[in-house]
Amino acid sequence: METKKNISRRSFLTSSALAGGGLMLSFSWLTEARAAGKTEALNLANQWTELTGYIRITPDNVIKIMVPNPEFGQNVMTSLPMMVAEELDADWKNVVVEMAPHDNLKFGSQFTGGSMSVRTYWKPLRNAGASARLMLCEAAAQAWGVPVSEITTKAGVLSHAGGKTATYGEMAAKAAAVPVPKNVKLKAPKDFTIVSRSKKNTEGIKVVTGKPLFGLDYRQEGMLIAMVQHPPAFGMKLKSFDASQALKMPGITGVFPIRLFDEGYERSAFDTRTFNELVVVVGRTTWEVMNARKKLKVQWEVTTDTKEKVKGWSGPAREEIVPGGLESTASQLTQMQERAKQAATVLRKDGDPEAAFKGAAHVIERTYNAPFLAHNTMEPMNFFAHVTPEKALLVGPLQAPSLITGTLAKVLNIPVEKVEIQMTRMGGGFGRRAYGHYLVEAALISKKVNAPVKLMYTREDDMTYGIYRPMYTATYRAAFDADKNLIGFHVKGGGIPEHPIAANRFPAGAVDNYLAEGWEIPSNITIGAFRAPRSNFNAAAEQSFLDELAEYMGKDPISFRLDLLKRAKANPVGKNNEYDADRYAGVLELVRDKSGWGSPAQAGKHRGVAAYFCHNSYAAHVVDMVVRNGEPYVEQVTSAIDCGIVVNPDAAQNMVQGAVVDGIGNALYGALTHKDGAAEQTNFHNYRMIRHNEAPKTIDVHFVQNEIDPTGLGEPPFPPVFGAVANALYKSTGKRHYNQPFRPEGVKI
Amino acid sequence: MATFQLKINGKVRKVEVDPSTPVLWVLRDHLNLQGTKYGCGMAQCGACTIHVDGMAMRSCSYPVSAVGKQAITTIEGLSANGEHPVQQAWLEHDVAQCGYCQAGQIMSAAALLKGNPAPSDEDIDAAMSGNICRCGTYLRIKDAIKSAAKK
Repeated sequence: METKKNISRRSFLTSSALAGGGLMLSFSWLTEARAAGKTEALNLANQWTELTGYIRITPDNVIKIMVPNPEFGQNVMTSLPMMVAEELDADWKNVVVEMAPHDNLKFGSQFTGGSMSVRTYWKPLRNAGASARLMLCEAAAQAWGVPVSEITTKAGVLSHAGGKTATYGEMAAKAAAVPVPKNVKLKAPKDFTIVSRSKKNTEGIKVVTGKPLFGLDYRQEGMLIAMVQHPPAFGMKLKSFDASQALKMPGITGVFPIRLFDEGYERSAFDTRTFNELVVVVGRTTWEVMNARKKLKVQWEVTTDTKEKVKGWSGPAREEIVPGGLESTASQLTQMQERAKQAATVLRKDGDPEAAFKGAAHVIERTYNAPFLAHNTMEPMNFFAHVTPEKALLVGPLQAPSLITGTLAKVLNIPVEKVEIQMTRMGGGFGRRAYGHYLVEAALISKKVNAPVKLMYTREDDMTYGIYRPMYTATYRAAFDADKNLIGFHVKGGGIPEHPIAANRFPAGAVDNYLAEGWEIPSNITIGAFRAPRSNFNAAAEQSFLDELAEYMGKDPISFRLDLLKRAKANPVGKNNEYDADRYAGVLELVRDKSGWGSPAQAGKHRGVAAYFCHNSYAAHVVDMVVRNGEPYVEQVTSAIDCGIVVNPDAAQNMVQGAVVDGIGNALYGALTHKDGAAEQTNFHNYRMIRHNEAPKTIDVHFVQNEIDPTGLGEPPFPPVFGAVANALYKSTGKRHYNQPFRPEGVKI
Repeated sequence: MATFQLKINGKVRKVEVDPSTPVLWVLRDHLNLQGTKYGCGMAQCGACTIHVDGMAMRSCSYPVSAVGKQAITTIEGLSANGEHPVQQAWLEHDVAQCGYCQAGQIMSAAALLKGNPAPSDEDIDAAMSGNICRCGTYLRIKDAIKSAAKK
């Protein structure tokens, strides 16, 4: 890895003629590789040393654009090529796209997550397109003996006022010999003809005709199917097993244990330790392996505390103690209540909050709870692996190939150059596929059986062997003076095993006396990123709390928030406030206007509003709820989003609508609970997912029109849905709901 | 093990499998028809939806031994090149996000429209609520079904 890094730090740009006269351009700009804007926990910008765009033009003027990031539904197979094609002045009709190979040197970090794909590649990919365009112009100028400044381009055609024209394809070979230009000028947004114009999903036809796009669809000659048997509960491990019955089943070729990490292994930031030892069943077909696995006789035992070394992103490894034993949701809730009473880490303090609360005329205090959530991607975890002495080939769905390559090399004890990962389309990710333990499992299995293997999880495996959204709680307190002015704000949040608090977010900066604290309880249940990590809880709790404060103050909930933002803008309290008060207010104003908030026409509706800032973008929703057959039903939603320039508006609208549906579903129904370490929900019959009949009739999406570089969209619309649903629920039922899911079905939380 | 002659997408295909094998795995593992997806294995998500004599069926819970002479249609056989009105409507509305559930959604929608050419919202909800879309594309699916109904 070191060698690669060193080379990659040298910014470079090359071009070379392809066999057949095509032009291949590879680009890299170190500086643009950095994501615009601030970084978050999942933001890997400081790890990224370069980005590379990749264009091929054939003599018949077909333009192939390589897509660096794997697709999981966020539309990168369309939106990223649009950015290249825009600056290239390509004819979109002639553009084909292809998932790039995993090659950090050429394509940068190739990380799908953190709402970063468009934001990160915004400049590098446009630079790639603009540079290629200039080289084509230069080639035409030389061929025609005219100044390059007189060449114009449009829809893949070069023209000169003298009457000469040529397609990009005709000039491609000549252009390959042109020195690569430096400091190319990019278009102003007003000149865009592809970006900001809706383009259809480039893989749409493959999706609707059932082409084998996904990891589970990938096959190779002689490939075996493998499944793993994991312990039935967190806090248990393998003791012994009897394979004799399973081995007698038809089609079974092997039953054996694997161990992911040896003792003393230093885990990197995305290495997970859910279950380190698994029993593997390998056979010819899926059904045979499923049946044979049922015949395994395995003895499990309860774990004791273990010490682990966690390396994280950098620096020396720290020691982490993973508690042994079996945890249950009920006891965890009690544990959290007890822990919440004790001292916590101060994350931010402005003014004198203690004095403000002591002298307050009135204090409002509320506690919010939320359960673990399973990602439940429709395509369960799976990966193909073929490990030979020459190399380890891995093919399948994952968000973060670069985060697992080093781990694979270490575990397989081979040089990192011998690890090849190919990315397929993913049947959903939502953060789950950033954790590549299933590649390690697949690779170890392939190595053991010395054959190509497809590891697949059943739905039950996927749900009960998860990397869940953590379990959270937070107590919010607000202090008022005798005139009902908000004079103090205090949030103390905790979680299993990490707290959710984002101390520098709104309303930090808007209240004179402010205190944010966090505490954590370690657990052996594994957690990870889940669409808008932490924010997906904060927005629910805080936005519901603000609603209650507005009510107490006799203020309209939108006006109340706008007043706070005005204060944060004019005279901000404290330092490091993460949000831009104007953009935050902008989405609230837009959603207010578009929803007809407060207008007589909307009177009588049970409406809830919420707004949130995360992943560099701003989102606000107004949710209209009715009670239908005794069940809360969100009938209509109005959404306002500021994510800067919207690259593919129709697809962006789809994404926001999806985030709203996802948010409603998780807020009302989502929960993964445990009893004695075992997940109580195992499949879709007892993990309730939002369905067609529960989706709103309309979701009107409005984007703030501006020329700010794109700031990300996959996550930001999701968190405030929870808060808006909570507030609408209060309006429609008269009762505040503090515990998620708001509509539990036989699930106590 | 037993031998089955299955009528799939207009062709007779011979497979030798255990009679309990769900049609889903016969399609995917034995016939290399990967369009029909595995989602839950217990008929709760609809990703594996196929047509059996025109009726929507969850292939993950439908043993091969139950097929007999009935004709199976999978997403690959719905049309030669995606010309089916439901597929066309899906493209027109740019429904897909991740796309994994969409073959199942399309098969459920095509079966619905075959029996009910002008479904109401309630009809659509009733026919489609067995198909989960984790990305939340339900609104576009409903719009696409309405468009397809007009084709």
